[in-house]
Amino acid sequence: MAEGCREFPSVVDRYFTRWYKADVKGKLHEDYCILQHSNRICVITLAECHPVLQSGKTISSINYQISANCSRLQNKVSGKSKRGAQFLTELAPLCRITCSDGDEYTIYSCIRGRLLEVNENILHNPELLKEKPSSEGYIAVVLPKFEESKTVTEGLLSQKQYEELLLKRTSLPVQDAPEV
Amino acid sequence: MLLIEEKYRPVAEILFSSGTCSRCILRLCCVDFPAPYRLPYKDLTEELHKLLAPCDEGAADGDSAPPIKKAKLDESDGCNAEALNTDASGAPKICNLCLGILQHLADADFVKKIFHKVQSAGYEFKDFVFSVSLPAQLLVREHCAWLQAQQEMRKQGRVLEKGDIIQLKEAYKWIIHPMISDELGVQAVSKSAFEVGVVFCHQETDEDCHFLATVCKDCFKPAKNKQSVFTRMAVVKALEKIKDDDFCRQFQWPPSSPKTACEVVDMQCNHASVFVAGRYNKYSRNLPQTPWVIDGERKMESSVEELITEQLMPVFKADSFNFSSSGREDVDVRTLGRGRPFAIELVNPHKVQVTKQNIKDLQEKINGTDKIKVRDLQIVTREAVAHMKEGEEEKTKCYSALIWAEKNIKKEDLELLDNVKELKLVQKTPLRVLHRRPLASRVRLIHTMNTEYLDEHHFRLYLKTQAGTYIKEFVHGDFGRTVPNIGSIMKTTADILELDVESVDVDWPPALDD
Repeated sequence: MAEGCREFPSVVDRYFTRWYKADVKGKLHEDYCILQHSNRICVITLAECHPVLQSGKTISSINYQISANCSRLQNKVSGKSKRGAQFLTELAPLCRITCSDGDEYTIYSCIRGRLLEVNENILHNPELLKEKPSSEGYIAVVLPKFEESKTVTEGLLSQKQYEELLLKRTSLPVQDAPEV
Repeated sequence: MLLIEEKYRPVAEILFSSGTCSRCILRLCCVDFPAPYRLPYKDLTEELHKLLAPCDEGAADGDSAPPIKKAKLDESDGCNAEALNTDASGAPKICNLCLGILQHLADADFVKKIFHKVQSAGYEFKDFVFSVSLPAQLLVREHCAWLQAQQEMRKQGRVLEKGDIIQLKEAYKWIIHPMISDELGVQAVSKSAFEVGVVFCHQETDEDCHFLATVCKDCFKPAKNKQSVFTRMAVVKALEKIKDDDFCRQFQWPPSSPKTACEVVDMQCNHASVFVAGRYNKYSRNLPQTPWVIDGERKMESSVEELITEQLMPVFKADSFNFSSSGREDVDVRTLGRGRPFAIELVNPHKVQVTKQNIKDLQEKINGTDKIKVRDLQIVTREAVAHMKEGEEEKTKCYSALIWAEKNIKKEDLELLDNVKELKLVQKTPLRVLHRRPLASRVRLIHTMNTEYLDEHHFRLYLKTQAGTYIKEFVHGDFGRTVPNIGSIMKTTADILELDVESVDVDWPPALDD
């Protein structure tokens, strides 16, 4: 019997809505998939076609130290109201991924909100990111403000819109994609 | 009849001539037994008059003239109406100490009002406690009278402690308790589940307290939930602090005689909560434990809580209820076995004489649905409910789950799980509840696991766990946030298709025979 045939939706599909952001910061194919739980929590993940996840690439390091005096690993939240969380704007950097070929990618939040946690498991095991980008290989968990829980995803693409975009990409010459 | 001790005569005289009622005179003269207060007001006043009227000295010895006649006599020979504390029409003036409470709010008419209130509210009760809320300015007026009385006593080289005088509330209850008891046919006691409460106000003299705020600023700090800073507590504190001189300068003897008596601004009955406990089974995967409402919109019809309370409420005729339980299950989780302990507080129940048979019938009625079943339904104490909550975290729970595995599994693959004992998990707060709970990593124990092979992708998993373990997350791993998890142990992706609670190992409430 074939592996993985499931006749019911996965955990992600049961509880989360997938939102996408393509070519973030104008960088070709740097696409993200944001999983929004029905309780408004957002899990930031890389979309399948992000360059980091392409075959042939090997991740050599992931660094949550995004500037000299700001590390996402220092983020601490306490209490129900998540006091002390770093507040992220839409284009706040979360981490930098360096590949063995020397390419470096900055990963952005895409969602305004409080940073609840970053995924420390991918630090020790970067392969997780490649193997299970939309579950165990997540980048971070962000909690949008209550009053913004509907609007934070406004600039994002729905799954259908994103699939249409992918179709267009394959049918159009590469040069037509947005410039850096 | 000797009403007051001779040593208090000067106190009585000064009060008598200042607009204080007969019953308050007794209080300030430290008459500490109920009988004199219970005398008809008019009779008591005449007695006191006999004792104190300054221009009646001749009549005092052996004059047998009826009191009424005497009163008229007094007026006629210039001994003014003040002395009898009556106004021109002969009605007693409103007392400057109790503001009419011992005069007009301690009579048969008022007791009738209380009786009608209680009767129309339709409560069941076997005794009652009567509670009175008095305006704070009474404390100021009483303080003023006490200072004056103390001064009089000092002249004789005696002391008068504030604690020696009889509290207005006490005197009031001495008078009114037997009257209400007679009407209601049950005893007034100091502790009862049934409370009859009245709140008195007196707007005319509300400003009496205000000067205290300028003297003792720190006693009167505004609080969010208080309408006025002049609470009884605050006024008592300020009166303890203020120097006698300062007080006398700002609040002079005698206190003004009010034009109106205290008003009844609230009269209420209340019955202490009744607690009903039991255990419930939930057989539906579309039924939440409590109403599921988001942004005022219902997500699911009905709930365990509603199915039980909609039967309880008409029986106890309570105002509202509070549902609590030993943990909770998700909407799509069934609770089987002997069920989950729960308790319901019925707030302000009107009907409380509920027999064991009534409860039995009630249980049967609740069980008229196939969504839930209730057992061991019984009335319990408030303390016992706390007991249920205490046990919550330490107890164990048993579950049965239907598991899906991505890889092809053989029976042998499951032995790995069967052999696990006391498995330590580290669970981060699941994403699905993280929006309302603190982020934390918690260690939980899976005591035992047993499996039942179904096919190459499915098996049944039986778990015995420490309470507070998130089972769904233990199966699918919650983005790798629960470690280890079934997927990581079996080196595949695992998911949970169905979950049932098989037992909640809390031995409360006690099991009943049938």
